[in-house]
Amino acid sequence: MSTNNPFDSGAGDWQPPDLGRSLTEGRALRSTLLSGLAWACALLASVPLLSVLYMLIVRGGSRLSLELFTELPPAGFEEGGGFGNAIVGTFVTVGIGALISIPFGILAAVFLAELGPDSKLASWARFCAKTLTGLPSILAGVFAYALVVLTTGTYSAPAGGVALALLMLPTVVLTAEEAMKMVTQKMKDAAYGMGCTRTQVIMKVVLPTALPGILTGVMLAIARAAGETAPLLFTALFSNFWLLEEGEMHLMAPIASLSVLIYNFSGMPFDNQIELAWAASLVLVMFVLIFNIVSRVFGQSKA
Amino acid sequence: MNMFEQARSADSVSGPPSKGDYFFDRAFQWLAKAFAWAILAVVAALLLEVGSKAIPAIKDYHIGFLTSTTWDANKDQFGILPEIWGTLYSSFLALIIAGFFGVMMAIFLTQDFLPPRLAAIFRIIVELLAAIPSVVYGLWGIFVVIPAIRPLANWLNETFGMIPFFSTSLSGPGMLPAALVLAIMVLPTIAAVSQDALRLVPYRIKEAAYGLGATRWEAILRVMLPTASTGIFGALVLGFGRALGETMALAMLVGNSNQISLSLFSPANTLAALLALNFPEAGETEVKVLMYAALVLMLITLAVNVAGTAIMTMTNKQAGGGR
Amino acid sequence: MSAVLANALNPMGSPAAGVVIDCRLDKIFYGDFLAVRDSHVPIQKGQITGFIGPSGCGKSTVLRSLNRMNDLVRGFRFDGHVHFHGQDVYGANVDPVVVRRYIGMVFQQPNPFAMSIYDNVAFGLKLNRFKGDMDERVEKALRKAAIWDEVKDKLKNSGLSLSGGQQQRLCIARAIATEPSVVLMDEPCSALDPIATRKIEELMLELKTKYTIALVTHNMQQATRVADKTAFFSVDISKGGRTGYLVELGDTRQIFEDPREELTKQYISGEFS
Repeated sequence: MSTNNPFDSGAGDWQPPDLGRSLTEGRALRSTLLSGLAWACALLASVPLLSVLYMLIVRGGSRLSLELFTELPPAGFEEGGGFGNAIVGTFVTVGIGALISIPFGILAAVFLAELGPDSKLASWARFCAKTLTGLPSILAGVFAYALVVLTTGTYSAPAGGVALALLMLPTVVLTAEEAMKMVTQKMKDAAYGMGCTRTQVIMKVVLPTALPGILTGVMLAIARAAGETAPLLFTALFSNFWLLEEGEMHLMAPIASLSVLIYNFSGMPFDNQIELAWAASLVLVMFVLIFNIVSRVFGQSKA
Repeated sequence: MNMFEQARSADSVSGPPSKGDYFFDRAFQWLAKAFAWAILAVVAALLLEVGSKAIPAIKDYHIGFLTSTTWDANKDQFGILPEIWGTLYSSFLALIIAGFFGVMMAIFLTQDFLPPRLAAIFRIIVELLAAIPSVVYGLWGIFVVIPAIRPLANWLNETFGMIPFFSTSLSGPGMLPAALVLAIMVLPTIAAVSQDALRLVPYRIKEAAYGLGATRWEAILRVMLPTASTGIFGALVLGFGRALGETMALAMLVGNSNQISLSLFSPANTLAALLALNFPEAGETEVKVLMYAALVLMLITLAVNVAGTAIMTMTNKQAGGGR
Repeated sequence: MSAVLANALNPMGSPAAGVVIDCRLDKIFYGDFLAVRDSHVPIQKGQITGFIGPSGCGKSTVLRSLNRMNDLVRGFRFDGHVHFHGQDVYGANVDPVVVRRYIGMVFQQPNPFAMSIYDNVAFGLKLNRFKGDMDERVEKALRKAAIWDEVKDKLKNSGLSLSGGQQQRLCIARAIATEPSVVLMDEPCSALDPIATRKIEELMLELKTKYTIALVTHNMQQATRVADKTAFFSVDISKGGRTGYLVELGDTRQIFEDPREELTKQYISGEFS
């Protein structure tokens, strides 16, 4: 700081305060230390992710081969094998979950965002959806067990699908509602001004405009569902066979899934199964990340 | 039927919506409303299904179910006190760890520590943490976390064994590895919600703090955090709710042993893990009892989540009104 | 509605047969808020009726009442009536959707849909299940909206890719493609530059040979340039609220050269705005 301060003309011996920051001063030192702590925390919090990814690539990647996708899980002591049926099973159960939850969620969101945003029903439905986001996934399994498994008398893909649908529903509803609320009033005015019925405004303007946002939510829901294990344990159970066996579709029978395979194999005392568990984890995480990235792309194209 | 017909010019194609349009309009609106009701119905069905299936067990075991410590299907003796303890203890430990790291992360990401690009990378890291399936964390916990902490755990046990927390050795699965992995899993929730809370603090409040000559951390600790405290509290409650219901990582890491211990290294059990492990092979009686346990878990998480949601709603209203 | 009554409502004394929309709005409320009072504006066939006045005077509110766009606003209710060719627009068995198909609207902000230029214009035609030559109608509307030459080579491009002025002309083309009998324009030039504004004004003069236009404008010069009739609205803040009302309605020339009301004179001479 310069000494010819225009404000100190009267007093000749006035010295401007030292504005240079001294690190030894208590306050500044503490601030620096805390900043260091914040950096340390952020870096430490990144370690688990890096470690998981490292293990997936090293231990899962070493086992990656085409057989994984075409062969059935091996029994104990058996060498080789794969988890083709589990990949199919994951797609089928998640697909059933999506078929239930997406139309359900979007239609409900239409009501929440467009038809009666301020109604009592909407605020209750929103509250219920928010509560469902915190539902432990195992309880979705218990629900589907009580509703489907006990009724149909068998573990099956639809039972697993119902459990996953329950977990996907709140994500779909809440993100679709947000996306539809982002559609500007002037856009809707234009459609009303043309003489659109309410449904035509929604179908021709609101839904197409909100589509990227809705897809973001759908993709996130699918990504989450693909990784779920707990709700499948006693709804879809597991199977060592293909869904299509000798030309017959065994839909109302236990079905395999990647996540349950990882769980089952992780507790086995055989190296082959452990390796397969890591490889299955790698494949599963890839699926999940792809859906996450796709949802991000949709999210950005919105802008 | 069209009262405006006379208004048409020769070229006009204007006409009222067709009967089909009207029918579709009604049907669609009706359908959307029906599905909004269906959300309420789903929650009601969830409570009723689990509740009604739990009634026989409630009649048989009464409230003693919650305070008894044995689980023996052969003798028809069932109690879930160890599981309730394990659920609360593991969630509480995870909350302490994830709460500290999550709030730090939120401060780090919202208070201009980083250039926007770097901040975006850290944000993606936190989001990816949330994207990894829990069963993969479980696998990672078995093969990475347990071997990594075992030497330290056993040293602590040998040196400080008289302290209850370190009173046993870590032979494999146990409370600490489970709580650590659980903490990693709820960290994204706490970090994300705390970030939102910190962002809701009006800029003028931050400006005022700096204007008074506060250092960055004085501004954060004395102004930002207190102002955002309700929201951060809500984040912790929601994170706690997540931890209570998390299943796979615990089923794979906690050791599934029916005991109540303060020791961080002894195996334990949780409600969710109990359900995951016993449901697939449960007989008729055991299913009823498990439904009772599921109901208990549902009521605990429901209470915690409703509290968290209520706190969040309150914060958003406060922030909205203060602007 | 009887011709006698229609005449009585018509301060201009012009033949009731020429009145397309007979708008008699005694009070418009949004909830408890009285937004507009005593505004009787007959819209004459084949003419441009301009609505001018300071901001908040309710001119847009009145305009949006004509095709029931205000139904979308929570708490909207009014005393009075709006008749379109003698039919009560707010009648118990009248669907606002139908009203809007006959009384089209162009908005303050250009609001093309996020679809191609062609689809924007064809939107109304498809809505009305038009079975004829779609291409021809789209071209005709774009030509009438004086934008055909600028977009004929890129009909597949997004409507949002156009400039502001072009977007607004596209919206006009969209509004007139179905040949509605009245077009309501709510400050259609407020977001546009002078050149684009000029083009739209020329377009309005062109269009009035075929359509009846009601135009809200914040620009007095625009009213003098295009409007046949001008309605001057003002704000009454005497009772603590901000209530708009019609001060004077007449031929544009008379309003600007020989206003009957003192308030009108002050406004057009720029004493307040």
